[in-house]
Parts: sequence; C-alpha cells; structure tokens
Amino acid sequence: MHPAYSVIFFTTASGAGYGLLIWLALLAAAGNVVPNPVSGIALFVLALGLITAGLLSSTFHLGHPERAWRAMSQWRSSWLSREGVAAVITYGPALLFALGWIVFESTGGIWLYAGLAAGVMALVTVACTGMIYASLRAIPRWTDATVVPVYLAFALATGGALLVAIYSVFTPVPPHGIWPVVAVIIVAWALKLLYWRRIDNAAPVATAESATGLGHIGKVRLFEAPHTGENYIMREMGYRVARKHAVRLRRIALLVGGAVPVIAFAAAALFIGPITLVAALIGLIGVSIGVLTERWLFFAEAEHASMLYYGASDV
Amino acid sequence: MTSLPQQTGKPQLGLVIDLDICVGCHACAVNCKEWNTGGHSAPLTDEDPYGADPLGVWFNRIHTYEAGEGVEGRTVHFPRSCLHCEEPACVTVCPTGASYKREADGIVLVNADTCIGCKLCSWACPYGAREYDYTDGVMKKCTLCIDRIENQNIPEEQRVPACVSTCPASARHFGDLGDPNSKVSQLVAARDGYDLMPEMGMKPVNKYLPPRPEPASLASVSETAAPSPATEPGGTGSRFLDWVDRTLSR
Repeated sequence: MHPAYSVIFFTTASGAGYGLLIWLALLAAAGNVVPNPVSGIALFVLALGLITAGLLSSTFHLGHPERAWRAMSQWRSSWLSREGVAAVITYGPALLFALGWIVFESTGGIWLYAGLAAGVMALVTVACTGMIYASLRAIPRWTDATVVPVYLAFALATGGALLVAIYSVFTPVPPHGIWPVVAVIIVAWALKLLYWRRIDNAAPVATAESATGLGHIGKVRLFEAPHTGENYIMREMGYRVARKHAVRLRRIALLVGGAVPVIAFAAAALFIGPITLVAALIGLIGVSIGVLTERWLFFAEAEHASMLYYGASDV
Repeated sequence: MTSLPQQTGKPQLGLVIDLDICVGCHACAVNCKEWNTGGHSAPLTDEDPYGADPLGVWFNRIHTYEAGEGVEGRTVHFPRSCLHCEEPACVTVCPTGASYKREADGIVLVNADTCIGCKLCSWACPYGAREYDYTDGVMKKCTLCIDRIENQNIPEEQRVPACVSTCPASARHFGDLGDPNSKVSQLVAARDGYDLMPEMGMKPVNKYLPPRPEPASLASVSETAAPSPATEPGGTGSRFLDWVDRTLSR
C-alpha cells in the first residue's frame, strides 16, 4: 500500500495525543498529581494540539475536505465513521478535564469523571483507527489480531514518552512515574515484533489462481497488463518496499524507537537529577522516530489483493 | 446509508463473462469509457492523455493471463470490472453513505455529491474495481450503465451495458443473477460459472465462465507432434517463418 504521509502523520500524531490524554486520566485517577496551570497548559495544549493537527492532516488526503463532516454519519457500518464520531466526542470531556486542571487546579470530583471519560474515549478512538485497517479483508495481513493492540500500545508509548518529557521540564519525575512508560514501550515493540513474525509466516489468503479462477488449468501468470502505463489502483495499492530495505528499516525502528528510549528512560528513572530532562528528551525523540518508521512500514509492507490481477502471485 | 439493504429474492443485476469466447480486443473497455465519460459518473478524467505518463479512470480493464505449462497451457483474456457484490465491503466502509447498493436491483453506485474522496472503499475492494478521479476528487466505478439499461430514450435492444452491446464475440451477458430461471443464471449453471476470489467473502454477483477444455483431438495432435521448433531458442514455431528468419539473418 502507498504510505501516504498525511495518514502516517495523522495516526502517529493523534495517537500520541490520545495516549497522553489516557496517561493524564490515569494520573488523575491515581490521585498522585498536583494540577497546576503551567504544566496543565503545556500538557493539554500538546495533547489536544497533536490530536487536532492529526485530524486536520487526515483531511488533507481527502478529495473534498469541505465535506468531511459527512463522515460522521455512517457509524452503524463504517469504522472510519466511528473513528470520526469518537474523535469529536472526545473533545467534550477532554476540554472539561483541561478546564479543571488548568483553571480550577483540580482533578477531583466532576473533573475526575471528565478525565476518565476523556481517557476512555481516547482509547476508543485509537481502537477505531486500528479497526479501520484490521477490518479490510482485501489486505489480508492487516486483519491480524495484533493490529489493534499495536495501535493502542504505540499511542500509549508515545503519549507516555511525551508525559515524562514534558513533566521533566517542570519538575523531576519520580521513578515510579517513569517505569510504567518503559514497560509500555517494551510491550509495544514486543507486539510489533509479534506482528512482523506473524505476517512473515502467514499462509497466503488469495492467489492469482483464485483471483482469476483459472487455477484448474495450472499456475497463472500475467501475460499482458491492460495498459502500458500506471493506473490509480497500481499507484495506491501497488507500492512495494524492497524486502532488504524493509528488514533494515525494522532493525532501525527497533533500535532507535525501542532500545534507545528504554535505556534513556531507565537512566532518567535511575539517576534523578539534571540528566532526567536530557534522557527523557532523547527517549521521546527515539520513540517518535520509531513509531513513524513502524507506521510507514505498516503501509509499505502491506499487500493488497487487487495486485493479484497485476502480476502478484499471492497475498 | 452504507448498511447493506435486505435483498433476498430481489433482482441482482450483473454480468456473465465468457472467458472461452473473449478474444481480448478491448472493445468493451473502449465503449465503456466512451459511454461513461458522458454518463452517470462523467467525466472519466484522463490526465496527460497524450504525454509520456498517461493516467485515467476506466471502469473496465482487460488483462491477459497464461495458465498452465506446455500443451496444457492456455492464454486467457480476462475482462475485469466491478462485480456488484452481494456483500460489498466497499459499501460498508464508506463513512459518508456516498457508496451504496441499490435495494431494487443490487447495483453498487457512488453518489458523487456526498463522496469525500477518502479512498477507503477502493482499499476495501479486493478486485481493484474502483478508480479515484484525481481531478474530480471523488471515487468512480462501473454503474452497470444505469443510464442505458433504464433509458427510455434509446431503442430497447440497446438497453444493456455498453460493454455488452459492443462485444463483437458475444462474450458478455447481462441479466438478473438473482433469478435462478433467468437466461444468465441458466448459462452460469450450464457452464459451471464461478466467483472470483470467493475466499474474500464479498459474494460477487458477476460470474465468469471458464475456458472450455481443449478438444481431445487437438490436445493429442499437439502432444504427438514432432519436437516443436518453438521450443528451440529463437524459433517461431513455423518452418516457413524460421526459413525466412534464417534467410533474412544471413
């Protein structure tokens, strides 16, 4: 599949924003946070800013962005529609949560309920994003059971990295605030490794023989394409990353996005002091590069069944 | 509304394509383009049509495949267009309701006035049947020529999809595949018509008729024939043409 930058930016940026919202809700629920306007503004502007920037970016790849509001209507059947509805609903409790945190300097009572609602809706929105892809039977590898958990885990990993990095600017973050983020980063990459292993070993779902129905004659191969040039389908679905490049990118993603942040955040947890901020920033940059690479690969490595008509032998 | 309509017992209009007869002339694709660029989803935009990298919207594309090896092998021309599935994922994924399946006859259409051009329907279609119009910013697809089959202003015999009316070999048939007694359904039953990629679960309405087996007499001739010159590198399969080739190559 063609890795469109608008979609990669949307899923990673809004994913990080929703992940940060979920962490903030958890902090409020745990009751070990002292809400104050300065850190509140930084955290909520960042969370809602990333979400909004991502949503806006996702409309850039539309043919008719001015009609985007229509996408809220088909929540009964469409995961994309459900994602839109969930995304918009999330703003309500999230803004209330921010109001309590920043203006009333409270995360208790009604503000806590707003925070919990925002956290749950953020989780639902990211799950809908994952389901958009996981529900497409035409791209067999995306229907893997790990796809939605990976989307959720990376939203939490990037959101957690943001939380620690932002907090470190204002005050040293205690180790028990950092270790959960380290754990989530490890879980995210473990799930991604599982996804990669599963897609590498998956049996083909459809073949050129089943696509044409000519398998009873023998092995089917494309003799003549319908035209000498490209078409929309070939552009959109026909993108293929070279196998050796994919392997290299996976290693880079795992190293820069997994190993580096885990070491950096572990250092931040073990050596509280001036090093915390630097380590947290290194961790944040690493996990961001990692998630962008992982998401690019998610699209670039995916093979679409329609390519069976254009010379692919199986998907 | 992108939830699928309840259609049991209702007409399911579609095509039956005879791969035994198709000669791969592309006339159906050309007439499709000709009609539909002025029809329901007009225009079928072409970008850079006379340049080095032309790109355009077509609803019907003709592939050619080789199946099998040696004397058992066949070359099969393979027209491919929207299959107007009974359970089309392209419809249910649509977030706006622009993509829909008609309750009355099962035809899958796009409302160009409400399509936001998100392209998700084309991702959901395993058959690659939908094509995005970069200029119009909306998705386009085969309409089964609704502007012909219902058109009271053209003679009755022309009220079939453009691809069917133009096929010089009569390899394409149009009719109600929801009615087991219709001509097309009987043709499918008689010729063992089949679904493309049934494993995708979309239940295509359009059916394909397989190439008939090679007649036994022909198969035995080709099997017993002397080592074919075509198997020699550079051979053309004809003694005369090989002689011409050798003579001209001197």
